[in-house]
Amino acid sequence: MSTAVGGSISRKDGWVKVTGRAPYAADHPIAGVAHAVAIQSTIANGRITAIATSLAENAPGVLAVIHHGNAPKLYRPENDFMSATKPGEARVVFEDDRVHYSGQYVAIIVAETLEQARYAAELVKISYAVEDPLIETDAALDSAYLPDEFFGEKLTTKRGDPDGALSGAAVTHEASYTTPIEHHNPMEPSASIAVWNGDELTLYETTQWVAGARKTVAQTLGIAEEKIHIVSPFIGGGFGCKGFVWPHSVLSAIAAKKVNRPVKLNLTRKHMFSACGHRSETKQHVRLGAERNGRLVAIDHDTVVQTSTVEEFVEACGNTSRFLYSCPNVRVRHRAVRVNVATPTPMRAPGENPGLFALESALDELAYKLNMDPVELRIVNHADVNEHTRKPWSSKYLKECYRMAAEHFEWARRALQPESMRDGNVLVGWGMATATYPGIRSPGAAKVRLLQDGSVDVISATQDMGGGTYTTMAQIAADVMGVAIERIRTVLGDSLLPPAPVSGGSMTTASILPAIRKAAQDALSKLRQLAATMPASPFTNRPHDDIVAEGGRVFPKGADPSSGLAYEDVLKRTNQSEIEGEGYTGPGPERDKFAFQSFGAHFVEVKVDPEIATVQVSRVVSAFDVGRIVNPKTARSQGYSGVIMGIGMALMEHTVYDSRDGSIVTSNLADYAIPVNADAHSIDILFVDKPDPFIDSDGLGARGVGEITVTGVAPAIANAVYHATGRRIRDLPITPDKLL
Amino acid sequence: MSTSLDRFVFRQTTAAAAGSAVVAETGVPAAVITHPVSLRVNGERVRLDLDIRATLLDVLREQLQLFGTKKGCDHGQCGACTVHVNGRRVLSCLTLAVMHETDDIVTIEGLERDGVLHPVQEAFIEHDAFQCGYCTAGQIMSAAALLNEPCGPSDDDVREQMSGNLCRCGAYPNIVAAIQSARGRA
Ligand code: FES
Ligand code: FES
Repeated sequence: MSTAVGGSISRKDGWVKVTGRAPYAADHPIAGVAHAVAIQSTIANGRITAIATSLAENAPGVLAVIHHGNAPKLYRPENDFMSATKPGEARVVFEDDRVHYSGQYVAIIVAETLEQARYAAELVKISYAVEDPLIETDAALDSAYLPDEFFGEKLTTKRGDPDGALSGAAVTHEASYTTPIEHHNPMEPSASIAVWNGDELTLYETTQWVAGARKTVAQTLGIAEEKIHIVSPFIGGGFGCKGFVWPHSVLSAIAAKKVNRPVKLNLTRKHMFSACGHRSETKQHVRLGAERNGRLVAIDHDTVVQTSTVEEFVEACGNTSRFLYSCPNVRVRHRAVRVNVATPTPMRAPGENPGLFALESALDELAYKLNMDPVELRIVNHADVNEHTRKPWSSKYLKECYRMAAEHFEWARRALQPESMRDGNVLVGWGMATATYPGIRSPGAAKVRLLQDGSVDVISATQDMGGGTYTTMAQIAADVMGVAIERIRTVLGDSLLPPAPVSGGSMTTASILPAIRKAAQDALSKLRQLAATMPASPFTNRPHDDIVAEGGRVFPKGADPSSGLAYEDVLKRTNQSEIEGEGYTGPGPERDKFAFQSFGAHFVEVKVDPEIATVQVSRVVSAFDVGRIVNPKTARSQGYSGVIMGIGMALMEHTVYDSRDGSIVTSNLADYAIPVNADAHSIDILFVDKPDPFIDSDGLGARGVGEITVTGVAPAIANAVYHATGRRIRDLPITPDKLL
Repeated sequence: MSTSLDRFVFRQTTAAAAGSAVVAETGVPAAVITHPVSLRVNGERVRLDLDIRATLLDVLREQLQLFGTKKGCDHGQCGACTVHVNGRRVLSCLTLAVMHETDDIVTIEGLERDGVLHPVQEAFIEHDAFQCGYCTAGQIMSAAALLNEPCGPSDDDVREQMSGNLCRCGAYPNIVAAIQSARGRA
């Protein structure tokens, strides 16, 4: 169908990124900008009794000290994801004197320079009335409650009779699995520059959702949405922590208002550990029942997670267990406890990722009990339809993923018994796990503008946090317009553009590209209409549907393209500076008919040094069925990205809290370890690359690849560690102390 | 509360001990101390009157508006702020700007020669050695310096020498491939 879509095209935003010219939120040069530093609470529960600010106010360069006692009135936004009014937490900043968690913003300093603001922040003296904080899940279990829904999905469901099936099952497995609090830690800390012009506000942001930021900030400030302009052309990674609106975006706005000049608020790395969400700790209990031949007869997946005292966000670990395998009796339950820890938020595959750690570890354990190859066990239990919604899959090539990855990995050479493979003194283990993530699509709008010089602008208020949207948007436009990709400019990340959904839920490709296709088709149709009006031309007296616009040329139907005119000549000769096509698309009735889901498989080799119990992930082969691959080059990078983040989750990531005062012990990048280059060895990413025939009506068939890549990595590694050592680690991360 | 008070007292003591002695017992905040410095940045001399507390990173970004150099941690833990000082890679968040009188500083903005990308920059685009691009300036400055460092030939050697530059997007395999190809070309 095309040349650009499906091609390994280098990023459109490559040049600006390698030359340092891509403006991230804190990089916009703003004349006269003042600098803000936010001060965080040092207690996790209690009240502020006094804030002594006079020393700070008298420090050189200080312009303002703002806190709950002198802040302007702010309003709680609607707090509804569907209407784009979702803050990270319901409580608005500086609402009152209550402290709900350590690291909560309690004051903000604005000064002429960053050095002055930072110094003055040290001079503010805050007194508290401290109450005992509740930090640990176990300590809060008595107050656990049953939350109702997660983005419209019920959190407690049952089909069949799991208890009965378990008691009659030939083989059972039951165990608890835990994952710790993890932080997104994108390399770019969040930042916000606020510029007021009268009653109009421009916010330079780093946000995965410009439309959400605009509406939510407007409601919080109590001003009209039209008065706010969100600018976020480049995002230094997000992974979910820049999806909803967090207090800093409001703080910069009220600070700028107060000092009557632009204000830049750049969060520190330490702020990032309490100011924009994290993945909750999860405690999961899984019970499996199976027949001797491996057929599952029961799955019971029970989860306890944390949420904060100022918002409800539930990590829905069990929901994938409802349909990943064929099983007649399934129960899923989630409970939540409210603790004095900052609010959790979506982090790359929320729910699926920790949920699969439990389910896929449990399945591996069951495979050993059955003396069965773990791939075989999964194939035996392959779900031919979604048994939870009872809908057929729109398309599913999971068996193909197992086959591709297993062959490439040479899985057939694996010895079933643990501790049976060695490389010199080093223990070698091979493990695998399934990956999955839903194929979400939302409504999206776009414009495609053809300019008089023959170049094309592709425009949508979507975001590119690294997934490659700048490039894929240009690819689809290049194909429809028949214009070389070098002549296409992508414009995104600005709330003035046609609206687009959050860059989350791996939905951007499926939501935006069809809208661009429509907009490009609309632009060509307008071009043909324009040509039909041209006097003394090859088109004179021809109806516009007797004119063809493709491959950069407009020509009469049936004629040779060379007999017509180049796009730009039609514009020039009709004195039009540009023509603009518009496109708006969204999901339709296909959503009622089919279950849209992506699948994949990871095969992992680990090497464990038995002396010091360190684990190296020496080889990974992952295969994914995510529909059509729009750009193999950037899609493969998403694969690496997810696998490497999964290595971090499996082996190192863990945010540690001091249960006495709720403070974070690991709030920096030395104590919160993430993978470095030396942790990434051989990684091969494979794609089935078969279009989903139903996700859009335009024949594109791409389901998005951002999140699925991380799901299943941690259990594949844990399963490999068991295979290497005979030690089953059910509590992440798998640090040496747990293996010694 | 005691925590913030302790911190305050500690600050007074250290300020006094350092001889800048402006935080008195009465609690008068320190005056800003500035120092004239002449820096050579990307081949150009700039004269600045600098707050002695300002890091090289903050001066590059906030005073010279060279925003290509990034702040990922401000603690020397991520490598995003890597620049060249006299040809060697340095974490600009860990060094005070006033210490760099007469030093030759090169940032990502100064890596091109006459509008031509450095081989490492070229290779980063070709090998898709970034996603979000936030760590990229630091990665490229490290990689460009690595070309002149004693570094073994293998991918593992490169991985080891690039492990001071974190990439949360996990572009590591492509970064190694880009550097290996640039080493061939440079
Ligand atoms: S900002 Fe300098 S090392 Fe992170
Ligand atoms: S490219 Fe995003 S952190 Fe490296």
